[in-house]
Amino acid sequence: MRFQLSEEQRALRAGMRELLVRRFDGDVLRAAVAEPRLDRALWRELGAAGFFALRVPEADGGVGLGLPETVLAFEEAGRALLPGPLVATHLAAGTVPGAAEGETVVTDVDGGGLVEWLEEADVVRGDAAAAVPLKSVDPLTPLHRVPGAHGGAADPVAVLLTAAEQLGTATRACELAVQHAGTREQFGQPIGAFQAVKHLCAQLLVRAETARAAVYAAAVTGDPMDIAAARLLADEAAERGARDCLQVHGGMGFTWECEVHLLLKRAWVRARRSGGGAESEESLAAGLLA
Amino acid sequence: MDLAYTPEEEEFRARLREWLAKALPGLPPQPSPEDWPGRRAYDLGWQRMLYDAGYAHVHWDASPTTRLIFLEETETAGAPYVGAGFVGLLHAGPTIAAEGTAGQRDRWLPPILRGEEVWCQGFSEPEAGSDLAALRTRAHRDGDDYVVTGSKIWTSHAEVADWCELLVRTDPKAPKHRGITWLAMPMSAPGVVVRPLRTLAGSAEFAEVFLDEVRVPVANRVGDENDGWRVTMVTLSFERGTAFVGEVVACRRVLGELARTARDNGRWDDPVLRRRLGRLNADFRALWRLTQWNVSEAEANGGVPGVGGSVFKLGYSHARQELYDTAAEVLGPESLDLERPWVLDRLSSLSYTIAAGTSQIQRNIVAERILGLPKGR
Ligand SMILES: Cc1cc2nc3c(=O)[nH]c(=O)nc-3n(C[C@H](O)[C@H](O)[C@H](O)COP(=O)(O)OP(=O)(O)OC[C@H]3O[C@@H](n4cnc5c(N)ncnc54)[C@H](O)[C@@H]3O)c2cc1C
Repeated sequence: MRFQLSEEQRALRAGMRELLVRRFDGDVLRAAVAEPRLDRALWRELGAAGFFALRVPEADGGVGLGLPETVLAFEEAGRALLPGPLVATHLAAGTVPGAAEGETVVTDVDGGGLVEWLEEADVVRGDAAAAVPLKSVDPLTPLHRVPGAHGGAADPVAVLLTAAEQLGTATRACELAVQHAGTREQFGQPIGAFQAVKHLCAQLLVRAETARAAVYAAAVTGDPMDIAAARLLADEAAERGARDCLQVHGGMGFTWECEVHLLLKRAWVRARRSGGGAESEESLAAGLLA
Repeated sequence: MDLAYTPEEEEFRARLREWLAKALPGLPPQPSPEDWPGRRAYDLGWQRMLYDAGYAHVHWDASPTTRLIFLEETETAGAPYVGAGFVGLLHAGPTIAAEGTAGQRDRWLPPILRGEEVWCQGFSEPEAGSDLAALRTRAHRDGDDYVVTGSKIWTSHAEVADWCELLVRTDPKAPKHRGITWLAMPMSAPGVVVRPLRTLAGSAEFAEVFLDEVRVPVANRVGDENDGWRVTMVTLSFERGTAFVGEVVACRRVLGELARTARDNGRWDDPVLRRRLGRLNADFRALWRLTQWNVSEAEANGGVPGVGGSVFKLGYSHARQELYDTAAEVLGPESLDLERPWVLDRLSSLSYTIAAGTSQIQRNIVAERILGLPKGR
């Protein structure tokens, strides 16, 4: 059992992280808030790097890798808070022309009736004819709602990739909290020396690492119960993590300038996608009797 | 990243499974929780069976993955718990295996494996619990012996133990962490007095141990004099890192039983309870994956578990309490009846966020040693 990243997987993750640091760091993220558009050039760059075609077989012009590698790439996207209908486009690669290359932006009508990035997408999967715009809580995820829409059971891969994005965001929340706790001083010492703050940070890590083990394992097994568990824990790691990170930042955490609110809002948006919350708890409960 | 086992490991699993299927039905019934001598005999008898069948070695000689398979299979099959063997098999033994001399390994390890000797852990003291390095029990050299005086507390299994992994202060003038020594003390030595303490679950699970001029041969020292803190860190890494692995499997079994009980008594129809059970399923699956992750890391790093054990212990001790609280929801009014299954487990689960380092202490460890936050008040 080598339940650790292989050299190739480490390299893939490092490459993805490097691309995103270069093209979508914290400054770009905050600038994007002022002007929320889908960056088509970046989208094509992701396509060129193989992000959308990771699981498309080599014979069909894809990268020919598996779910574990895809999860690592989506974790990095989640860590950078990369906006856009990443999961839907990834799932469309190989079937919708141009999706694999990042030329075509694909979105879908989620089981919960929400559509992300409807106006910027080239292709919409599902019936979005009756879609009405929402004033999205997340400035970097425009949303529409399709009244009465109820998709069938959620696609397990979509559920897992959402979990991977959440894991990345949880990791970012932990990093930001620890960084702030180590530098911000009060009462003559870094706030991270105070246990109340230290323990918030420790719990951030505990939730993120537990979610990581669950997400990676689900990527290896592809088992629906593993995927449901991964999603449940990753949603919580991201939501609670962002909230605790905000607390560690104090008043600054409550400002628009500080990026922490973007983590929380994105975590909320993703948590609403189908296959999370009550849905995963119910299927995990049913699994106990199986 | 894979969860695949080698053909040798799978073969080990299959052989063990087959042996368990034959061995378990013939076991005598478990003694009552209050009958400590009976429990000692029972637990050691089981260890002896494992030894005779060639499985006792897994705790030290086998790879971490093989040990994981052993714990997974024995728990899944519902085999007896290590019980009185806990300290010897799961952390004193591994410490001696890692830090002891060849002579010490020959003297102490085989009897643990054969189920002949029980160990206890004399670390905590009345004035030194979380602040373990504040311990005061003194030892001074007299010829070939250390002469030990002081007292220990919360010593699990002390009543039935043959040996104690004992921390003593050998240099009172040195800084707190520097003057400590790790000794193996025979519990039968003159001057050792054990006074059982009653736990909130009603049992005499642990005890106070009074030490009055107890002579312990210098040859029983593991590691150097005054280097005991470093040896202690090895012991604690086993205690926190791997000692609870089998229990996660046991909890998953209990969770399945809970779900079936809820289905049978109608509580399953309550969506709040059902979702709580589903949530626990996620927690224990994830904790099992985290265990596999830690084992895989240990395998890559020479076998001694890392601080990842603290992350695991934090999640596990809380999930275990949540499990038995949920059991109380399933049982309803019967959860107040000590004769019902899970009620005593609920009471004993309360110790999990305290024993082997409280959750607050584990969070300090995670924050300072993993996240690198400054030490402070
Ligand atoms: C069932 C059981 C079995 C045990 N078996 C053994 C055994 O076999 N051998 C052995 O040596 N010991 C054993 N122990 C002892 C156990 O290791 C200690 O109880 C534990 O380390 C806590 O120490 P304490 O009881 O002195 O509590 P204290 O240290 O007094 O702690 C009291 C409270 O203060 C908090 N606290 C203390 N210091 C800090 C800090 N720095 N930051 C934040 N909070 C803090 C703690 O978290 C706790 O909530 C056992 C305990 C139990 C419950």
